Amino acid sequence: MLEIKDLHAGVDGSEIIKGISLSVNKGEIHAIMGPNGSGKSTLAKILSGHPAYETTAGKVTFDAKDLLEMDAEERSIAGVFMGFQYPVEVPGVNNAEFLRMAHNARRVSAGEEEIDPLDFDELLSEKMKTLGMEKKYKERNLNDGFSGGEKKKNEILQMAILEPKLAILDETDSGLDIDALRIVSEGVNKLRNNNNALILITHYQRLLDYIKPDFVHVLSKGKIIKSGDKSLALELESQGYDWITPVN
Amino acid sequence: MSDEQNSVSDLLEDNQYKYGFTTDVESDTFAKGLNEDVVRAISKKKNEPEFMLNFRLKAYAKWKTMKEPAWPNVHYPSIDFQDISYYSAPKKKKVLESLDEVDPEVMRTFEKLGIPLDEQKKLANVAVDAVFDSVSVATTHKKKLMEQGIIFCPISEALQDYPELVEEYLGTVVPVGDNYYAALNSAVFTDGSFVYIPPDTISPMEISTYFRINTEETGQFERTLIICAENSYVSYLEGCTAPQFDTNQLHAAVVELVTMDNAEIKYSTVQNWYAGDKETGKGGIYNFVTKRGKCAGENSKISWTQVETGSAITWKYPSCILQGDNSSGEFYSVALTNGHMQADTGTKMIHIGKNTRSSIISKGISADQSSNSYRGQVKIGKNATNARNYSQCDSMLVGDKSSAHTFPYIETANSSVQVEHEAATSKISEDQLFYFESRGISRENAIEAVISGFCKDVFKQLPMEFAVEAQKLLTLKLEDSVG
Ligand SMILES: Nc1ncnc2c1ncn2[C@@H]1O[C@H](COP(=O)(O)OP(=O)(O)OP(=O)(O)O)[C@@H](O)[C@H]1O
Ligand SMILES: [Mg+2]
Repeated sequence: MLEIKDLHAGVDGSEIIKGISLSVNKGEIHAIMGPNGSGKSTLAKILSGHPAYETTAGKVTFDAKDLLEMDAEERSIAGVFMGFQYPVEVPGVNNAEFLRMAHNARRVSAGEEEIDPLDFDELLSEKMKTLGMEKKYKERNLNDGFSGGEKKKNEILQMAILEPKLAILDETDSGLDIDALRIVSEGVNKLRNNNNALILITHYQRLLDYIKPDFVHVLSKGKIIKSGDKSLALELESQGYDWITPVN
Repeated sequence: MSDEQNSVSDLLEDNQYKYGFTTDVESDTFAKGLNEDVVRAISKKKNEPEFMLNFRLKAYAKWKTMKEPAWPNVHYPSIDFQDISYYSAPKKKKVLESLDEVDPEVMRTFEKLGIPLDEQKKLANVAVDAVFDSVSVATTHKKKLMEQGIIFCPISEALQDYPELVEEYLGTVVPVGDNYYAALNSAVFTDGSFVYIPPDTISPMEISTYFRINTEETGQFERTLIICAENSYVSYLEGCTAPQFDTNQLHAAVVELVTMDNAEIKYSTVQNWYAGDKETGKGGIYNFVTKRGKCAGENSKISWTQVETGSAITWKYPSCILQGDNSSGEFYSVALTNGHMQADTGTKMIHIGKNTRSSIISKGISADQSSNSYRGQVKIGKNATNARNYSQCDSMLVGDKSSAHTFPYIETANSSVQVEHEAATSKISEDQLFYFESRGISRENAIEAVISGFCKDVFKQLPMEFAVEAQKLLTLKLEDSVG
């Protein structure tokens, strides 16, 4: 589904991603871990088409299409979703209205009619219920004044509405309280099937207790320095990164 | 709806100023320059009653002693008032009896602008007065309004048919010597709209004026006077466009509103004069306008709503004099500046009567190298017991070269009053737009959502079609400026 080949990218001429290759197939869950500043969020943003980052070499294909040729909007429509580490606040734009715009953008590009607002409201209520979100988040403005955890829940709500093929969740677990972590994880698990895939960026094993990865990769200084199965995450949890990170 | 969508996509295609065409009509234009003879000639040309000539001469004498105001936060080379022509009219043989006699080129111009004037096609529920350069060329739905005693006609016509009404009210809200541009307008205005709503009458339709500047180097000085008698109501719309010229054109209008007991006037403007070249700043309209309403009667109300998206320079403060007890004034404004535009706009609320209320909602959006200032004055007199004012002035910056300024002045001479002022500045950021795009929402829709969220409180005051139009206009203007 997703094929990254020797990707080099950066911002303003300085390289952040220094040669990453990764392939993700349907039905798989990949976890990406690694020290602060190693390039995890940058990789996620590049995959979702953030215009600030420039790719200098390499290739990324998604469902046999050249992903780097597509703009962010097209990538989303094609089924790529990123849950942001720091979701931005948009005062003045109603949350439910935003979600409906996103949902409709998908429908319209698939040649379908826009959803009836009442039907959408029903759909939204149902999804919010499974994530344990109170109704008032419909009336509030997009992430405006949301607590850290509320923002993360709102990201997963968007994922639930958009049902992407590939979801990249950037530290969705940080900021969530213990109960919220369980509820959100269950929500993510419910959205999984054999046709979609998940990339989880996280620092902690506890998320991986709920959502069990097939592969764990360690990113350091813009490169994947080690890949393994879920036992790698447990090793990292007890030993940190020192034993694998190159000394220089 | 589909019509409207079409015109929007047309606009998006070349992203140029859509209204920048000129119309080839023969016009009757005075030689450039201003002196007492020119003032007399204008009055004579229009066959005006004596009082009107005297009014003009008094204004002219006053103007000669005045200086251009230097306090607004705008910068431009000084204007040579002798290098402007003070009268331009599409040539016509005689007074027009019906629309058939309007120059077909002029009719086509208004059609191009989306304002059909022919009897068959005219907008179903809006009466329109079309002003071309300084002259009113057509007024629709007149008869239907007249059935209820509502007078809606060019002010030049009102001076012929209802001189006593004009004489009673003209200059009572904006005195001839009020300010430099108002004095100039009072001396040389050629036309504009006149509306009189008789007692106990709710106007059955929106009344609107559409201003179009066509000739290069003509100043446009229109004069609007709206009187709403006891227990009456009218909603008035004003739209403005101009062709693209390299030289700056001067537009100095005066609008006066008067409400009697329990009457209400709602005045909405969507201003989209040519703003000059986006890159170089060359050309564009200097928009120096005096708009003021007087709530003369008890419980009366005047509400100004403006969406200012054009002009090279805007200098405009629609104001309310709250004279009647329990009267109220409102000001809702969205002012957008981009390219090299400069706007200094706001309002004045003068509380005189008891229990008078005013509210001010101002939203300034500045993009590119533009400068956007809000200037507001709330003045509460000593007899204005229990007066209340609420002001909210928000600015939104787009990019990092634009600037926003707020100048609120509050003066109270009565201790029982309550005045509240709130202000906030925000930014439309690349990250916000990316957030929308990463959810499959187009950049265009994202800008529209953010802007309409910011302007929500103002847009909801506009009639439906106007609100849709205004929103599209803002989105269009900002598309190139974000990111
Ligand atoms: N837009 C940018 N401009 C300048 N530097 C950037 C930009 N984006 C990322 N960087 C730099 O690139 C490096 C990688 O950042 P990134 O956010 O990808 O790290 P991360 O692995 O997600 O870290 P964390 O675990 O703390 O979230 C950092 O040194 C960061 O400062
Ligand atoms: Mg990160």
